[in-house]
Amino acid sequence: MEHAIIFLPLISSIISAFFGKRIGDKYFQFFTSSLISISALLSIYIFSLVITQDYYSNKLIFNWISSGSFNVNWSINIDALSSAMIVIITLVSSIIHFYSIGYMHSDPHKPRFMAYLSLFTFSMLALVTADNFLQLFFGWEGVGLCSYLLIGFWYKKPSANSAAIKAFIVNRVGDFAFAIGIFLIFFFYGSVNYNEVFAQTPLLLNKELVFLGLELNLVTLICVMLFIGAMGKSAQIFLHTWLPDAMEGPTPVSALIHAATMVTAGVFLVIKCSPIFEYSETALNFITIVGLSTAFFAATIALVQNDIKKIIAYSTCSQLGYMFIAAGVGAYHVAFFHLFTHAFFKALLFLGAGCVIHSFKGEQDIRLMGGAWKKIPFTYALMIVGTLALTGFPFLSGYYSKDAIIEFAYFKGNFIGYLAMTIGIITALMTAIYSWRLIFKTFHGKYTNKSISLKSIHESPFIMLITCSLLAIGSVLVGFVFKEIFIGINSFEYWGNSIFFLNSTDHDLPPIWILITTPTVVVVSIPISYYLFIKNEKILKKLISKNQLIYKFLLNKWYFDELYDFIIVKPLKKIGLFFWKKVDINTIDRYGPDGLSKIIKIISNKAVTFQSGYLYHYAFIMLLGFSFLLTYLIIN
Amino acid sequence: MIEIGLGHYLTLSAIVFTIGIAGVFLNRKNVIIILMSIELILLAVNINLVSFSVYSQDIVGQIFTMFILTVAAAEAAIGLAIIVIYYKNKGSINVDQISSLKG
Repeated sequence: MEHAIIFLPLISSIISAFFGKRIGDKYFQFFTSSLISISALLSIYIFSLVITQDYYSNKLIFNWISSGSFNVNWSINIDALSSAMIVIITLVSSIIHFYSIGYMHSDPHKPRFMAYLSLFTFSMLALVTADNFLQLFFGWEGVGLCSYLLIGFWYKKPSANSAAIKAFIVNRVGDFAFAIGIFLIFFFYGSVNYNEVFAQTPLLLNKELVFLGLELNLVTLICVMLFIGAMGKSAQIFLHTWLPDAMEGPTPVSALIHAATMVTAGVFLVIKCSPIFEYSETALNFITIVGLSTAFFAATIALVQNDIKKIIAYSTCSQLGYMFIAAGVGAYHVAFFHLFTHAFFKALLFLGAGCVIHSFKGEQDIRLMGGAWKKIPFTYALMIVGTLALTGFPFLSGYYSKDAIIEFAYFKGNFIGYLAMTIGIITALMTAIYSWRLIFKTFHGKYTNKSISLKSIHESPFIMLITCSLLAIGSVLVGFVFKEIFIGINSFEYWGNSIFFLNSTDHDLPPIWILITTPTVVVVSIPISYYLFIKNEKILKKLISKNQLIYKFLLNKWYFDELYDFIIVKPLKKIGLFFWKKVDINTIDRYGPDGLSKIIKIISNKAVTFQSGYLYHYAFIMLLGFSFLLTYLIIN
Repeated sequence: MIEIGLGHYLTLSAIVFTIGIAGVFLNRKNVIIILMSIELILLAVNINLVSFSVYSQDIVGQIFTMFILTVAAAEAAIGLAIIVIYYKNKGSINVDQISSLKG
């Protein structure tokens, strides 16, 4: 059964890649989507087994590397954490497969698209079901590769190509640190299997490393390295620049990869490695700080963006920051819970945005939309549900997870904890404002688009709406249903050994003001944003014109791209040009291979003129040679 | 009255040989002259052989000369045959135009 879950997506990918054209568009798309759905149903079954019977299994596929004491297996490791992860992955993935049937309707490269999507699902499953760091790394690179392929899916668009390359390269930076983390683990632990590594960690706590004169704690160093890898994949501040650009890909891709699954790989890594992270206070504080800065800065950028998908992308970035805040304050289960709920409502928002873009015939700028809610009521309702869930409107899924994060940050009880809580609440407010801004600008107000007439706006195909509705149901319910299982008082029975807590996370009820603040802020922000964005736009315009500097700063995404361009890209380009033009072409090639061949050419040209073809020349040379030979012999 | 001795014969032979060699190089007209020059070279060698044979009272040298004459005749026949065929193919036996060996 476990094998089926993992390998059905791979089979689906192979079939659609190699036989898709032969089978015909209609059938193979339903076929591959069905395979993923079967995988989803099976994983839900396994998940229910885990909940009810504490099911655990580690199925060996085969031995990968066996060299001396170094053993690495391909295996399917099902525990509380990975079973919940595979449910998210396969469920969201199957929904998106079906959605793509509608969304990619008129695209000529459907087989390729479906193959990439399925391959991505397979890689992600391999990542979460690994029982060692090496297989995890395989899945990690697999999803990176698939994201590269999918972002650059419309390869005729130059912007898509450069976005794909950017995603790949920025991820390389993180992966480099991640690989160093794995090397360190192997070097000092002698193994990369989770069980052995986690068991040995307490023994190596005081080990110090000296690197470049710095004395570093081994465990802290490993944690920081692994976390930098996670930062790359989960688009945390400094390594986030690829995520907004990744919106160049088709919308289902954004929903699957850049919201629901791939970007959560970093969070998953931190949760999975909780037995290591728990021993390094420094690393945890680092995670919290990175998490809260990301949450805050991404939300500020989302406030002023105008591209519907970019707003949601920055929102993803910000929510990932929340997850890392939770992990950083030691509430790994809460981090996972937010990951779980976020997968549903963010996928819903993206797919809803896909419907909006579809209705507006490819328009993505929210300034050119508006007033269309009566024409597309179903899409409107879906987006409202997604937005409510994202902002943490009471009793929807985002409410439970986000509030829990803020609570746990408060219970951390130190300065960083309080800071994280404050930032969490502020970010929640900003989240609400930018989400409602998106809704109001898109669906309310005056219809402003001149190139597309209001009449021609229509609902998306049935299959797109029905799949979105499934996600909408999920967004409403999962928070309430799984709250007790994942973060309730008895949640430790569920998590078992899969998450390690050094200190007990039990605590009393939080003070009432914390419980109330966030929901109040979220609810109050709805009328405020309605007033600001619809009723009285003049106030906003005044605010913008008064704070041009800040507005520009936010609109240009804190100038991160420009900064990187200035610090890294341009100097590297210059160095590259120097090495290419001056060193390679003008020095090495000129005096090396090119020079040598030039000399040989000159000599042979000279030699050719020697071969005149006239008999008497040859005879003369013969005679000359003969006389020399003779003279030589006589003298000797 | 000068007595004609070995030295004179050898000198004659050397002169004929040199004329033959020069004929090969300096001739720009046609291939037959080269053939004739080769013949001259061979004759020079013959004179050498005969004069040494008489000088040292050894008949072998003269027998050798007969062989060389025979080979020279055969060689001339083959050479002329080649020239005839060459002329048929190229329409010319001008040495200046025979340069298909040029690299």
